[in-house]
This record gives sequence, C-alpha cells and structure tokens, in this order.
Amino acid sequence: MLYKIILFAPLIGALIAGLFGRRIGDKLAQSVTTGLLVLSAVLSWVAFVKVGYGHEHYEINLFRWIDVGGFQANWALKIDTLTAVMLVVVNSVSALVHIYSWGYMKDDPGKARFFSYLSYFTFAMLVLVTSNNFIQLFFGWEGVGVASYLLIGFWYKKPSANAAAIKAFVTNRVGDVGLALGIFTIFLVFDSVNFDTVFAHVHDKQDMVLPFLGMDFSAMELIAGLLFIGAMGKSAQFVLHVWLPDAMEGPTPVSALIHAATMVTAGVFLVCRAAPIYDAAPHVAGFVTVLGAFTAFFAATIGLVQNDIKRVIAYSTCSQLGYMFFAAGLGAYNAAMFHLFTHAFFKALLFLCAGSVIHALHHEQDMRKMGGTFKLIPITYILMIIGTLALTGVGIPGTSIGFAGFFSKDAIIEAAYAAGAAGNNAPAVFAFWAGLIAAGMTSFYSWRLIFMTFHGRYRGNLETLKHAHESPMVMLVPLILLSVGAVLAGGIMFAKFMGVDAGAFWNGIMPGVGGGHEVAEVTHGVAVESAHGVETSHEAASGGHHDFPTWVLWAPFAVTLGGFILAWLMYMWRDGVQKRVNAEGGMIYKFLLNKWYIDELYEATIVRGTRRLGDLFWKIGDVKIIDGLGPNGFAAMAMAGGRKLSKFQSGYLFQYALVMLIGVVALLGYISMNVGG
Amino acid sequence: MFQGFAILSLITFIPLLTALLLVLMSRMSRGDGKTQIEANAPRVALVATLAVFGLSILMVMNFDTSTADYQFYEEMDWLGGGIKYRMGVDGISVLFIVLTTFLTPLCVIASAKTVKTRMLEYMVAFLVLETLMIGVFCALDMVLFYIFFEAVLLPMFIIIGVWGGANKVYAAYKFFLYTLLGSVLMLAAMLWLYHYSGVVGTPTTDIRELSKMDIPAGAQTWLWLAFFASFAVKMPMWPVHTWLPDAHVQAPTAGSVILAGILLKLGGYGFIRFSIPMFPDASLHFAPLVFWLSVIGIIYTSLVAYRQEDMKKLIAYSSVAHMGFVTMGIFALNMQGMQGAIFQMISHGIVSGALFFAVGIIYDRMHTREIAFYGGIVKYMPMYAAVFMLFTMANVGLPGTSGFVGEILTMVGAYQVNPWIAFGAAFGMILSAVYALHLYREVIFGEVTNDKLIDIKDMTKSEIVIMAPLAIMTIVLGVYPSLITDITAVSVDALLADVAAKLAGN
Repeated sequence: MLYKIILFAPLIGALIAGLFGRRIGDKLAQSVTTGLLVLSAVLSWVAFVKVGYGHEHYEINLFRWIDVGGFQANWALKIDTLTAVMLVVVNSVSALVHIYSWGYMKDDPGKARFFSYLSYFTFAMLVLVTSNNFIQLFFGWEGVGVASYLLIGFWYKKPSANAAAIKAFVTNRVGDVGLALGIFTIFLVFDSVNFDTVFAHVHDKQDMVLPFLGMDFSAMELIAGLLFIGAMGKSAQFVLHVWLPDAMEGPTPVSALIHAATMVTAGVFLVCRAAPIYDAAPHVAGFVTVLGAFTAFFAATIGLVQNDIKRVIAYSTCSQLGYMFFAAGLGAYNAAMFHLFTHAFFKALLFLCAGSVIHALHHEQDMRKMGGTFKLIPITYILMIIGTLALTGVGIPGTSIGFAGFFSKDAIIEAAYAAGAAGNNAPAVFAFWAGLIAAGMTSFYSWRLIFMTFHGRYRGNLETLKHAHESPMVMLVPLILLSVGAVLAGGIMFAKFMGVDAGAFWNGIMPGVGGGHEVAEVTHGVAVESAHGVETSHEAASGGHHDFPTWVLWAPFAVTLGGFILAWLMYMWRDGVQKRVNAEGGMIYKFLLNKWYIDELYEATIVRGTRRLGDLFWKIGDVKIIDGLGPNGFAAMAMAGGRKLSKFQSGYLFQYALVMLIGVVALLGYISMNVGG
Repeated sequence: MFQGFAILSLITFIPLLTALLLVLMSRMSRGDGKTQIEANAPRVALVATLAVFGLSILMVMNFDTSTADYQFYEEMDWLGGGIKYRMGVDGISVLFIVLTTFLTPLCVIASAKTVKTRMLEYMVAFLVLETLMIGVFCALDMVLFYIFFEAVLLPMFIIIGVWGGANKVYAAYKFFLYTLLGSVLMLAAMLWLYHYSGVVGTPTTDIRELSKMDIPAGAQTWLWLAFFASFAVKMPMWPVHTWLPDAHVQAPTAGSVILAGILLKLGGYGFIRFSIPMFPDASLHFAPLVFWLSVIGIIYTSLVAYRQEDMKKLIAYSSVAHMGFVTMGIFALNMQGMQGAIFQMISHGIVSGALFFAVGIIYDRMHTREIAFYGGIVKYMPMYAAVFMLFTMANVGLPGTSGFVGEILTMVGAYQVNPWIAFGAAFGMILSAVYALHLYREVIFGEVTNDKLIDIKDMTKSEIVIMAPLAIMTIVLGVYPSLITDITAVSVDALLADVAAKLAGN
C-alpha cells in the first residue's frame, strides 16, 4: 500500500489538475498536486529507511499489461535499494520544485496545466524506476520524454521553445530506438523481459553469439550496447547531447527537476539496473567509460564560455552525467548512484538559485547583463555558493569533511585511478585524466558564473535593477532544504553507498557492489572496497580514501583550487568581466562558444537531409514516378487512345460496377459449368 | 445464448434494412413528409447503428475465447454448386466487426451537423457501407467474401464522388484504377481455387475447407501474387499507396474515418484469412519481399508525411506508414508479429479515425486543411488541443496508448525473423515523432498570426461525444491490451500451428 501511494499520488494529482484545473481554479489545482507530492516524498523516505536500513525488498504485481505468446510484461512495482534511492531523489526534488513553483510561476496564466505536467512527469519517472521489466521501464522512459516535451514547450507561443521541445523529443527517440532494439534482443536471448529472469540467466548466455545487421556480436555486448544508446539519449551523452542545452527554454523549475536531478539520470539508472549485463560485456563497458569521460570533458569545455546562466548549468549537468557513466562503465555502480544521489541535490539547488536570480532580474538570463547583485539577493547568493561548493567537490582530502560532491565525485575519480593502476585498462586511465581535467573546468565555470552574476559592477538595464528583489519565502525554503542536502548528503550517506554498510545496503543488486562475492576484474577501486565492505568493515570505517597515493587524493582538490584561482584572476581581478565581455575571443573561444559546431553539423546533414529526402520521395517518387507511370500514365494512354478523359472519369463508377458484375458472373458461370460437368 | 439465432446476419443486415426502409419511406411520401424523413434520417441511422453496436458487443461477450473454431456459424443453401451462404467469426475477425460497429455511429453523429446536401442519401450510403464491411469480416464463403469485399468500394466511391471535395473525380478514378487490377487477379485466383478444390475433393467455396487444402508450391506462388495484388492495394503498401492521400483529401470527414478506420484493414484481414493459411509456402517465400516493402513504406511515407502541407494528406501518409507495421507483423509468422498486426489494425482504426475527426472539427470551422493557415489555436481551443495531443501521442506510438502495443509487438515479431527489418521499422518510431509533432506545433502551438482564427470555438457537445469514446479506448487498450490479445490469442495460435504443420509437411 505504501508503495502504491507513493506511485499513484502524483498521477492522481496530475489528473485532477489536468482534467479539472479550469473548473477548480489554479489555487486548488496547485494545492492538490503539491500536497500529494509532499505526501509521496515523505513516504519515499519511509520506504528508503525500510529498504536501505531494514533491507526489505518487494515485488508487487498490479495487473497484466502485454501478454502475447511468451512476451509478457506486467504492471508491477519492484522495490529494492536502487529503486528506493531513486524514489527519494525523484520525489524529494519534485516536491520541492512543486513548492518553489508557487512563487516562480505566480503570474503565469497556465498554472494548473504546469502543475499537472510536473506531477505527470513525476508519475512517469516513478513508473520508470519501480519497473520490474524492460517494457514498463520503456513506458516510464517515453513517458518522461513526453512530460519533458510538454514542459520545455510550456510557453508554447515562443517558437524557440517549441523547437527545443521537438528537438528534445526527437533526439530522445533516436536513443529510444536503441533501447527498443535492446529490449527485442533481450527477449530473443532470454525469452523474457523481466529483470529477475533476465539477470539470473546472464551467466548461461555469456558466450552466446548473435548476428545483427550483418555482423556477429556477443549477445551480452550487443544488448549492453543497444541499451546504452537509449541511455545516451536520455542522459544527453555526446552525440545525443544536443537537446539538453536547448531544453533550457522551459521554465527554470522544470530544468531543475527534469533536466538536472531526475529524468536525465534515467540513463545512469538503466545502466546500474542492467549492471549484470554490463558486467558480462566488458567491451561495451569500456566504451561507456570512454564516452562518459569524454562527455564529462567535452561538456565542461563548452560550459567554460557560455553566457546564459542556465546553459552553463545545463552543460555542467551533461558533464556530471558523464562522470556517472564512466563510473558505471568501470563497474563502480555504487559510485555512479552515489553521485546521482548527491548531484540531484546540488544541481537542483543551483538551477533553482539561477531561477531565483532570473526571477529577481525580470527574466534576464544573460550573465553579461548581470553583476554585483549579491547585495540585492543575499540569500540566493549564499545558497548558490553552497551549491557551487558542493558541485566543485570542496572538502579536505583524507578526511570525512566536505560538501556532497566531494565524496561522490572524488570516489569516481579514485575508482578510475584504481582501475587504471591495476593495469591494462586504457579506458580507465583516459577516464581518470579526463575526469580530473573536467573537475578543474567545473570549478572554473562554476566560479565564473558566481563572479559574473553576483560580483563586479552591474552591467544590465538599470530599470531592471530598481525592481530587483529577493525571492519570496515559498521559493527560498525549498532552496534551503536542498542546500542542507548539498552540504550533508555526501558525508551522511557515504558509508551506505560506498563504505562500511555498502554490502548490506545494496544487497547484491549490482555485481561487484556490496555483494561480497565475485568482483569484476576491472574494478579494484572503490567498488572492490565496498564489495569486501562486510568483511573489512573496520578498515573501511575511516572513510575509505586511504588506499590511494596521496597525490591522487589531492589532485581533485588541486585542480578545483586551480579552477577557482583562474576564474578569480580572469573575472574578479581588475574588473575582469567587463574586459572579457568586450573581448573578441580567439578561435578556440569561438569554437567552444558555438558548442563545437555540432548543432550546425546536424542541421546541415540530418535535419536538412530529412527534409530533402521527404521532398524527393514526395515530389519525385510519388508524383512523378509512381503516379506518372501508374494511374496518370494510364489516363494519358486512354487519352492517346482517342477517348475523352472527362468521359472516362465520369464513368468510373459504372465501369467499376460493371467489372465487378462481370467478375461475379464469370465466377458463378464457371462454377455452375463445373458443377454441370 | 445465440444457439440457432442468426446473430451475425442480424448484425450484418440491420443497417441495410434500415437503409431500404429510409429509401422506401422517402419514395412513398411527398412534400413535407419527404423533408421530414430527410431531416430525421440521421436519427434513424443513429438508432440503427447503435443497435448494431449493442448487438455486436453482446456477441463479443458471448464469444468463447478458448477455441479457435468459427462461432455463431450460419449456413444456408444459396447458389448451389458448393456455394453456400456461410457466416461465422473467429478470434481474428470478431474484433473487426466491433471496430466497424463502433466507428459507424460516430460517423453518423459527425455527419448529422456537417453534411449539407442530400442527407438521406448520405445516411443510406453509410448504412449500406456498414453492412458490406461487416459482411466482409463474417463471410466464410469465398463467393460471399468476394461480393462483400468488392462491393464495399461502391458506397465509398459514391461518398467521395457526391459529398467529396473539389477534385473528387480524380481521386475516385485513381482509387478505381488501382483496385481494378488487383480485383481481376484475385478473381482469377479464386476461380482456380474453386477448380482445384474439385480436383482434390468436392468442389467448394467454403473458406474453411479451402484453408485445409494442400496446394502445390508452384501454384501457391502465382495464387499468392494474385491475392497480393488485391490486398497490397487495399492496405495500401508502398508503392501502390498513392491513391490513399488523394482519396482522403477529397473524402468528407466521415468518409475518411471509415476509409482509414476500416477499409484499410481489409487488406490485412485478407492476408491473414487467405494468403497465410492457404499459401503458407508462398507466404514464407515472399515474406522477405513483404518485409522490405513494409520497411521502405514505413520510412518513405513517414518522410513524405513530414513534408505535407495538407493536414489530411499528412495523416493519410502516416496511415500508410502504420500499415507497414501491420504487413511486417503478419509475415513474421509468429505470435507477437501476427497478434501485434491485428492489434495495430484495431488501434489504428481508433487513432486515425480520431485524427480524421479532429481535422474535421477545425475544417468545419475554417473550411481549410492547410497547415500553414493555422497556428496558436490552443489559445481558443484548449480542450481540442488536449484531445489532439492525446491522439498525436497515440499516433507516435507512446507507451500507455494503444499505438504503442501494436508497434512494439510487430517489431518484436519481426526482430526474431530478421533484425534488419525491425531496425528499419524502428526508424519509423523517430520519423513518426518528427511528422506528428511538426503537425501539432504548426497547428496548435505558436502565436495566433491569422486573424481569421480569433475566437475560433472549442469543441461542441456532439464533438465531445464523438471524441470521448475514442480517447477512452485509446488509453484503455494502451494500458490493458489483453482486452484484445486474449480474444485473438487462440485463433492466431491455431493459425500459426496449421501453417507450421503444412510447412513441415513439405
């Protein structure tokens, strides 16, 4: 019952607000959705305690969904630690975003619609994470995609918002094709799409080889690869990342909930959920590591130079998701989930703070037109600093003192180091260095954002400045709660996710993590530590960082500090911002500012190609060739034969009837002849 | 419950009898009486079609899903020589009857307010059409089937030709040319089948008996091709699809609904009823051909759909793409593929029907279907926008709507046979999002830039009455598809087992 309430409360809210929003009024629609979400969030924490601490797990079947010749998927609830973590993340952030939106969307005429979408999104996300099979996961997967589409395009009058919404949906669909094909392959190999059945048989099918598109693949590698294409779409990894920055066209609370804390992490969740498969697919796992690490680096480079406050954070999200993927690829699934967990708090915090700034400055998002605002919006300023400290992972190496990101990000970088140090693991070495460099850039762009937004001289419209104001309490309270998470989430939960309690906490869901048994060869890092956490609990108790060379422990700290100092020198020292804003910028700057020209590339090839091909097929294929040779050709022949076309046309009905009549007569005649003979 | 009670004949012929009644009454009355009958024709038609719908629901409730045998069987001597009046339904055909009886009353409601001329004749045409459509799905005799199957086009021609748009003659003519060739070939094949049944046993036109015959592989090839010529045009499959967009554009709203909702299913039904059980070797042999035509069709017509400027043409092309999934699923020759194909046909009947109704709603207000004319109408028609969104998403195949189940099942089926095909079809998933969301954005979202759209009215009560059941069914079938697959399962299973046995026998 508990879990059913958690799952369905948001759906009920969405339906009430969506169907009766206009009748019951905005206030009531808001109250109902928010109230139900808060309920759901509170219960999620109860569930988290029951599952994570009480080690309960459940599987609740609701009813049959698709059931055709062995292809069977039920509507069901699967509650284990992985799900419980996601429940807490999704519902907590969602509830806070609901509350925050009371203030942020105060003057918007479409409030009921907005809250309905938010709640619907939450429901779809919950379906995704509570699924016990791949098909229901796909339902949630596409459901959140639709919610994202609706919310990005929420201000439907803006052409840019509509374009961004479609771009997000279509790009995600590209990934979804991969996911769908992965699911088909799973069914082909395992004769089932249920998680438990599939994962239980991974071992038997390890050596199976499948032909796919003219090549032979190891079945597990093929499945892992196809599923990962889906994850790349949803989690905006390189190649399919293009939709995420544009998604910032949506209202800021949406960016915080969907495009930072929850939906975009679905890909990471998928890889962790399918961990047994990835564990049996070392090549694809290596690819996941490399692509994740590259995305972490690539997105960070673009984040360095963007001027739109939300886009900076969007690229940051993209980059942080890269970290999660490379951790998962290395087999450090718990580190990936840990970073997912902490990231949800501080990234939602950063987005909502950005929203608070935007709110204060009358929807100004360009940081070049900000500056010196910290006196006007001091609380937002302090909270944003906290978010930045958490994102950049500030803490004291070797101890258990630090902000949330310190624990999770360092754990990932150390896992990469450990896997690389174990030898013969090029992806891990690459990931370590890419992750380290990206950490430095994270620090730079985060502080650049702070400096450009809050410090220096104000560079915008003075009229706007006069009306600038701190956000109301209804917006600040969620921020404060999130900032508590951003400060404490890492330190408090480290033992559970990574440390001494990891074995019991994860309960053997993900291979090599907390199961206490066999550990993947590639992972000698954090994952191994926690795998043996049960037996070696006393050693690990002191924080788990001590197995690494000192320079590895301090390297993230050093690059983070370096990034901060560079940002300070460039943007604070001697009124640097003004100079930067005025500066032309070199080739590299332009390259980064234009996002490596990837959008242009896609526009020139795929987008235009699709249009051209459509026109070609239509105007040449259908009209000229098929119709020209077919029906119209016949007509021309008929004309040439001296018959008037119009006469021919007007008689079509009778001719048809005649032909049919002749047919029937012929049929009957033939039959009666046969009978007679 | 229906022992010795001709439920199928009743369902089939009530509409025809009603039509006759209307014509007779109109002929016999004069002046005022005549106008009165004309004015009341929609009401009479509605009562009749609703009664038929009720009876068909009763029938389904009494349908035994545990057997693959034909049920509610009726037989009467008819023309002699083995030709009898045979009616019966199995799990494959029964739902198409319900789909027909479900959509027809909605068409009647939609037409009651929008048709301006010759109301009586219009209603008569629809009632006759309904009889013929139901007849196709009930007929268990080849001759009876042929008559229904071919005759069904006549009222459709009339509907397009009399109540259609400006270029109706061209559209109907194109439709006619396409269908003609297929009909002639199918007829020849039927003659041969009858002849052959006499060679191996008693001459018969009983579809059940014909399905049991073992036909030499060589003969199967050309028989299969002859039937294919007819069914492929009806589907329609690429590259014989170009009649459909023109027919849709010219047809009145309800005509489009029936065309997309029911008539496009005749081809798929024909494949399942004739081609697969009677010519299994040829079906297996030609399966790759069908696969490739299906996949090319899906991608090609989706791309063409994206570039359309007329709303109806866009939806018509998207219908061709969706039918590609059907043919792909049928010839996968496995449970998922075949069941998925049937599901996809039912679902498409509901969803495309709803989309054509939706286009009709704004067409009635503005008298244009040009996409560029519209934009931003969500401001004035929020309810319409919400409903249109639902069906757009169903068209895109969103999980949770009926559109998803058919697509995923047919792809699962095809994937087991040939991953390339499923891979190609999966691209249709992307492209359907491209064209459907493009349409939605251009029509519903954006600023209102056209002054004529100011204060365009939201859906009326009767429009809500039409859309509500369609919306409900779209979601119900998306969430609980077993409603359909439980009914079709045993018959499909038996069909596939027969085919497998025949294939093994050779």
